[in-house]
Amino acid sequence: MNLKTYKKENNLIVVIKGEIDHHTAESVREKIDDDYFKYRCKNIVFDFKKVSLMDSSGIGMVIGRYKKVKFSGGKVIVAEANETVKKIFEMSGLNKIIDFYKDLETAICVLGGTN
Amino acid sequence: MNYENYVLSNFKAISTNESLARMIVSSFVSSTDIGLNDLLDIKTAVSEAVTNAIIHGYDEKNGEVSMLCALNDGILHIEITDYGKGISNIEKARTPLFTSKPELERSGMGFTVMEMLMDSLEVISEEGKGTKIILTKKISSNDED
Ligand SMILES: Nc1ncnc2c1ncn2[C@@H]1O[C@H](COP(=O)(O)OP(=O)(O)O)[C@@H](O)[C@H]1O
Ligand SMILES: [Mg+2]
Repeated sequence: MNLKTYKKENNLIVVIKGEIDHHTAESVREKIDDDYFKYRCKNIVFDFKKVSLMDSSGIGMVIGRYKKVKFSGGKVIVAEANETVKKIFEMSGLNKIIDFYKDLETAICVLGGTN
Repeated sequence: MNYENYVLSNFKAISTNESLARMIVSSFVSSTDIGLNDLLDIKTAVSEAVTNAIIHGYDEKNGEVSMLCALNDGILHIEITDYGKGISNIEKARTPLFTSKPELERSGMGFTVMEMLMDSLEVISEEGKGTKIILTKKISSNDED
């Protein structure tokens, strides 16, 4: 698993490549929580384009981030998730609290209005 | 064992071995003409069961996980066993969103995911003795969904 983050407007963009399981979800969580405060972000946007596999540890990790950002009125968005990953999210009903977008640009655009 | 083919592996209950277990099952079924989506479903289910053995069965302490992958009549049969603390109430454990470890950001969706991705899921457990998860899936060639 490979992880990169950067700030765009007031969003923390999190680019994950590879497999999200219990082992890798822990390092993802730590880095996001650090960077979210360090860069003073409001929302978190996940770029899942290169995520090849995700088990339910990924659900827990995304819900955990949602709980953190909602205190500052922020949102969590997942962009570019493949069908299999989306299926895992849908089982948990997570798609009711987190928005899914096909591409990253749309996701960032949609958040543009939430300052 | 009376299977057309099988592989039995034992490994230490540490989180780095979650990806190892996925690779083992993936290599094992590669002798069939399994489709990519089915393969991904199987790897994800194995990931769930092995993770549970490590974090719940052994509470992330010393232990060993055993995984049997077997093929018979086009059916993949997987057994994942730990010799840890066991499950006192299996029905409750299998309920969607139930987790005994919310502080670890678990979602409580592991059993649900296994059930949805595989054809069958059986849980055999005894408190203080351990847990065995039995998963099966029919191997159909080259799915397109
Ligand atoms: N191998 C195991 N040994 C002991 N308890 C287990 C085992 N597998 C699952 N459990 C129990 O079942 C619950 C539900 O498991 P699961 O659906 O995978 O959710 P999660 O792993 O997110 O907690 C766990 O929280 C745990 O209490
Ligand atoms: Mg689990």
